[in-house]
Amino acid sequence: MQELNEASSEQIQRDRWEEEKLRPALNRQPERKSSFQTVSLDQINRLYDRTDVADVDFSNDLSFPGEFPYTRGIHATGYRGKLWTMRQFAGFGTPEETNARFKYLLKEGQTGLSVAYDLPALMGYDADSPLSEGEVGKCGVAVSSLADMEALFDGIPLENVTVSQTINAPASVFLAMYLVVAEKQGADWSRISGTLQNDILKEYIAQKEWIYPIRSAMKLVIDTLEFCTQHVPKYNPISVSGYHIREAGATALQELAFTLRDGIEYVEWGVRAGLDIEQFVPRISFFFNAHNDFFEEVAKYRAARRIWARVMRDRFGAANERTMQLRFHTQTAGVSLTVQQPLNNIVRVAIQALAGVMGGTQSLHTDAYDEALALPTDKAALIALRTQQIIAEETGVANTADPLGGSYFVEALTNKMEKGALDYFDRIDAMGGMVDAVEKGFPQREIQDSAYQYQKALERGDQTIVGVNKYAMQDEPQQVPTLVIDESVRSQQVERLERTRATRDKGAVERTLDAVKRAAERGENTMPATIEAVREYATLGEICSALRDVYGIYEEPAI
Amino acid sequence: MVQPNKRIRVLVAKPGLDGHDRGAKVIARALRDAGMEVIYTGLRQTPEMIAAAALQEDVDAVGVSILSGAHNTLCPRIVSLLREQGMTDTLVVLGGIVPQEDIPKLKEQGVAEIFLPGTSTQDIAEFIRKNVKPRD
Repeated sequence: MQELNEASSEQIQRDRWEEEKLRPALNRQPERKSSFQTVSLDQINRLYDRTDVADVDFSNDLSFPGEFPYTRGIHATGYRGKLWTMRQFAGFGTPEETNARFKYLLKEGQTGLSVAYDLPALMGYDADSPLSEGEVGKCGVAVSSLADMEALFDGIPLENVTVSQTINAPASVFLAMYLVVAEKQGADWSRISGTLQNDILKEYIAQKEWIYPIRSAMKLVIDTLEFCTQHVPKYNPISVSGYHIREAGATALQELAFTLRDGIEYVEWGVRAGLDIEQFVPRISFFFNAHNDFFEEVAKYRAARRIWARVMRDRFGAANERTMQLRFHTQTAGVSLTVQQPLNNIVRVAIQALAGVMGGTQSLHTDAYDEALALPTDKAALIALRTQQIIAEETGVANTADPLGGSYFVEALTNKMEKGALDYFDRIDAMGGMVDAVEKGFPQREIQDSAYQYQKALERGDQTIVGVNKYAMQDEPQQVPTLVIDESVRSQQVERLERTRATRDKGAVERTLDAVKRAAERGENTMPATIEAVREYATLGEICSALRDVYGIYEEPAI
Repeated sequence: MVQPNKRIRVLVAKPGLDGHDRGAKVIARALRDAGMEVIYTGLRQTPEMIAAAALQEDVDAVGVSILSGAHNTLCPRIVSLLREQGMTDTLVVLGGIVPQEDIPKLKEQGVAEIFLPGTSTQDIAEFIRKNVKPRD
């Protein structure tokens, strides 16, 4: 009763304010726009006050950092104990060139590595495939076999440095190569850590670097999950990624909803494969985008933790804290970077990164200002890293846990994000789950529509991009040098590949490739056979081709 | 200009291994909304497949989307395949991440215009409308 009185007295106060202050203010100075929207075209109110968070229950919805439902973070001390991992995504040209960039970034204070592979690698083709022409080493580092992987991690101790690999359709082969390199360095598999992106669902939804039909691809993911749970217990075999979903045009809400629903799908498949959630779910991590709308992003991360904790407890019956804690990596929004006046991107990246930090990210990649033009130069990559260091060590935002917790606006947005995501879960569940929804083209269509709505909003001038549709300049004052990937990368890579093919034990290669096929045909775990094939220097293209023979290839339905 | 009563036919093409199709799909829809007939090739088309589709669909223009840096290899080949099969007037435009220094060479090789990130879809539609060649 008292609460009710308080609520109604809040409303009386609010009505009085609107009458006495708001109306005269609007009469004097009308608002700049008829509606105010986030970058996701979500409507934002003029003011948020206690009436907007009246349904927030302190112990159920917020609690304390490090406590269920982890809305305020998974660590009791926030970043006071340990800062987030500064993990810059890098890869270009030959393995030697990327190895040098890795060593440069580590020397400058970066605390983890993250490998970008080139398109042939992402699609499971060797550098000498005709399909690889023009693409070798362009969007990432070129890797076709264990020999390349050895050069990539030369002098980098995999037992001490955690490495994240952005690889999906052929992820099991890259995990195998990584494990064999680690083994050759003398590292113990039970001690190495790192992350494999290995999120095939978002490939069909957004990023579209697929190879096999979706259900066979899911089987490969579960193979890696099972193998890591048994043999590489500290390794994170799936990083469920909203990043690419957002880049493809999704709203913040769609990014959140589809990513978490993908996560649920992996957990369901893992459970069906007989794995124990308390064992494998703690090793599943997430990866989100950090876009321009600061508060919307912070709310998205906070809602993500709360939703995951509740889903794990209520839908899957998890009891252990680690199983319910959502850990995530953040990358600033590549799609928000502009070709025009490129140095402005430094500012965008800093604000986006700040949102990731205020949202409690475990690791962060800050984009370089020249990434709308090309892959980053050393200089641009360094400023991106320094941006994180400035946020961490100069701004004071890491001094307290969840600094925006309790803000009427942020809590109201967090609630709205959670409700919206649960609505999407219901729709996807009704379709039979995420695999079925993807086969029906549902998330793909939702994203495509959002991308088009955003483009139209931009062209109407409802959304502003500084330097592009406002404050544009005829003569660009800032020319920045860009990184050029030499066409000779391909011939160098093809040479190494030819050397590898000439010196390996051909009989062993054939035998191990056959074993990969047999494991796939029988529905056994393909990881042990893949590791043996990699060890004998069977190439990426050869192993993927063996699996293509068994599984076939994916054809995208018209959407 | 194309006769006003005939709708301009455009092939939106995505060559190479890259799967980033947000731009290609947004452009396809925007050109359709601008009154053109648009055929989208889907992902991972070789230059040969693109040229064959352009011929079969009898298009006035081919819009190529490349974000991966493979434009210097792929674009000239698409143009020369189109020309070889007699499509000498077919307008070829490119959109994507293309360094400034590559632009003059691409134009020399027959790409009519290169649209960089941030270009409005209306400007692209306008360019195509103004530059497609009249046909019988």
